[in-house]
Amino acid sequence: MKTWDEVPFAGYILEPGNAESYKTGDWRSRQKPVLSQEKCTFCLLCWIYCPDGAIVRKEDAVEIDYYHCKGCGICSYECPSGAIRMKSELEET
Amino acid sequence: MVAGMVLALNGDEAAAYAVKQCKPDVIAAYPITPQTIIVERLSEFVADGELDAEFISAESEHSALSACIGASAMGARTYTATASQGLALMYEMLFVASSFRLPIVMSVANRALNSPLNIWNDMSDTMGARDCGWIQIYNENAQEVYDFTIQAFRIAEDHGVLLPVMVCHDGFIVSHSTEGVETLSDSEVDSFLPPRDPVYPLDVERPVTIGCVGVPEYYPEIKYQQEVATKKSISKIKEIMNEFNEDFGRNYGIIEEYRMEDAEVAILTIGSASGTAKDAVDEMRTEGKPVGLLKLRLFRPLPVKDLRKALSDVKVVGVVDRHISFGALGGALNMEVRAALYEMKDRPHVMGFPTGLGGRDIRVEHFIKIADELLKIAERDMLEEDYRVVGCRGPGCIGP
Amino acid sequence: MALKSLPLHEYLSPGHRLCAGCGEGVTIRQILKAFDEPPIICNATSCLEVSTTPFPYTAWRTPWIHPAFECTGAVAAGIEAAQKALIRKGRKKKWNVVLGLAGDGGTYDIGLQALSGALERGHKFIYVCYTNDAYMNTGIQRSGATPKAAWTTTSPAGRVIPGKTEWQKDLMKIVVAHDIPYAATVSASYPMDLQRKMRKTIQADGPAFILALSPCPRGWRTPPHLTIELGRLAVQTCMFPLYEVENGQYRVTMKPKRKLPVEYYLRPQGRFRHLFTPKTRQDIISEIQAHVDKKWEELQRLEQLT
Repeated sequence: MKTWDEVPFAGYILEPGNAESYKTGDWRSRQKPVLSQEKCTFCLLCWIYCPDGAIVRKEDAVEIDYYHCKGCGICSYECPSGAIRMKSELEET
Repeated sequence: MVAGMVLALNGDEAAAYAVKQCKPDVIAAYPITPQTIIVERLSEFVADGELDAEFISAESEHSALSACIGASAMGARTYTATASQGLALMYEMLFVASSFRLPIVMSVANRALNSPLNIWNDMSDTMGARDCGWIQIYNENAQEVYDFTIQAFRIAEDHGVLLPVMVCHDGFIVSHSTEGVETLSDSEVDSFLPPRDPVYPLDVERPVTIGCVGVPEYYPEIKYQQEVATKKSISKIKEIMNEFNEDFGRNYGIIEEYRMEDAEVAILTIGSASGTAKDAVDEMRTEGKPVGLLKLRLFRPLPVKDLRKALSDVKVVGVVDRHISFGALGGALNMEVRAALYEMKDRPHVMGFPTGLGGRDIRVEHFIKIADELLKIAERDMLEEDYRVVGCRGPGCIGP
Repeated sequence: MALKSLPLHEYLSPGHRLCAGCGEGVTIRQILKAFDEPPIICNATSCLEVSTTPFPYTAWRTPWIHPAFECTGAVAAGIEAAQKALIRKGRKKKWNVVLGLAGDGGTYDIGLQALSGALERGHKFIYVCYTNDAYMNTGIQRSGATPKAAWTTTSPAGRVIPGKTEWQKDLMKIVVAHDIPYAATVSASYPMDLQRKMRKTIQADGPAFILALSPCPRGWRTPPHLTIELGRLAVQTCMFPLYEVENGQYRVTMKPKRKLPVEYYLRPQGRFRHLFTPKTRQDIISEIQAHVDKKWEELQRLEQLT
């Protein structure tokens, strides 16, 4: 831990977006979203509705970022094509 | 360099004129007596095109200082002015400004606090704000107001300081009294005060997060860093003051001594009372009484070492506060001077004299009574009271 | 405009600590997608502020400042004024959008004065109030935005008093009364409507105001996956109509095909549970319905009038 002469000036945070390194994926307590690429229509609703930016948008597909996904289930509930299912954390995917 | 003119200015006008020459980018303020003249003059300067600044007529002092915080964080040179209730309303944001290390300069025309409503002078406002992390400079007259308003920007923005500064002058007594003020030319001010060089401004090219949540694991480190910076600013303030003295032929110090040679007792004042106190000291000296005067200019950071040095040879110090810290030892200045001297080997007795409350006149005779009291204490070598209020009718006070 | 056309950037990075299913996370992410380059943000004390900046972490990839709770309007004004002066004096090259972010407590209640002052003075900035209808950061206390009958910890559903007894403050009317160029309500459940409105705020010549309904699983006592659904229901029941006021002209941007009874919105939420159990308080539900109907009709009248 940094000492008073090592912490940045006046407690400013100088690395924008460094929270990205903070793992919120371990907040998931029971279920995690599992995406079926076959069913996915790339409508991007899961991407725009995710509170955590944990749906990563690629060229023509989306992926789930489990390092940050908190398991709220919005993506699964909102997916119009049933491509995202909430499955038990313990279940093999 | 072009020499400045001697102008007839009251304290408020002197502040406004100095601010104009310091070329702030943003001024945000709200009117309050006895500071209002400052913001009136500044808005006139802006309206007349004499000052190129954004003038925000805020809807409260809280918002005025908040706007200054936003502007200063952007890297702008930023100024505000207030008094009394206005400073009290700013209280929350005072801590934020200093914690962000923003070099905001604020004039305060010292005024009593409600209730009862009182528009006249005392220092309840700024003394109550002494722990907010601002540098506090107290001025005796309009000349000092002018000179220290200019120095305040230089001090605040110095990379070895980076703290907000309150430049205080007594309401009405200084704010509304006109005197001849020896001003500097614009080019002299420019040469003394370079443009602000912000350290971490809000900048899209280099995004910075200001005002995080300071969790217990980090809060003490962040705060102690601020404490060290505040303490360290004393030497910078002295340095800048000396430079100003040399450049412009002044003779300012953070503490000033008046007839302290061979003094057995000393009166310690702050602000405009010092002038009256000097007259009293002269009178006492004529009578052969060993009385001297110390005028404290810099109250925050408190120049502890300088106080110790200046008071090392006297037997008694009478501290003339201009407010009451209810239920304690008179005024804050008294308590702090006492605390500063406590560890001295042959420390003097220190007695407080809260006075001039709510605009009550402090006259030469008051100071003579104070000095006589101090001489008695010196003779007894014993303090019987921690403080006594001066300028108040009734038992237990030195009045009226 | 389609979702695919929205930028990939995430000015609010993952790894923030808003609750799972937080409406603010969705709302702010969507709002920031209206920008082609980072705005300068000043944020009021709120869940968002606390959850995004626990030292030494920040989720912000924009310049961001949080001074206090009630001062967002004033701080934004200072940032705007500084930019104007610095650009005029050649010390800053280009203009950056100034974005104020505050919750309902920081806007409806403690921050109303600073907001009003900034709107009256006409600063060029965008103010987004993300409302979750209560002081959620301190643990679900009633605010001026809390709807009537809602349970909060300071408007509890007691044996005598059934939750909050007053109607929600009509903030939009207060804001619109300042005659600013643009004001609108948004819901992240309608992302394209939100995008369209946000882009108008960026173009506005003067202050622009956005009121965003931000469902709160924790405070509304709802499962986290229902956050978007609740926003939809708020709009479909007309409890939170989507509209804009552009230079004084009202326009309802989302007219439900079939206006749903308010019960559809109230029933799924634990904060209204006392209206349905142990017995149904039809009297209160009807009163809310009548109020919503009246406000909805008023809004449509305003649309016709202006």
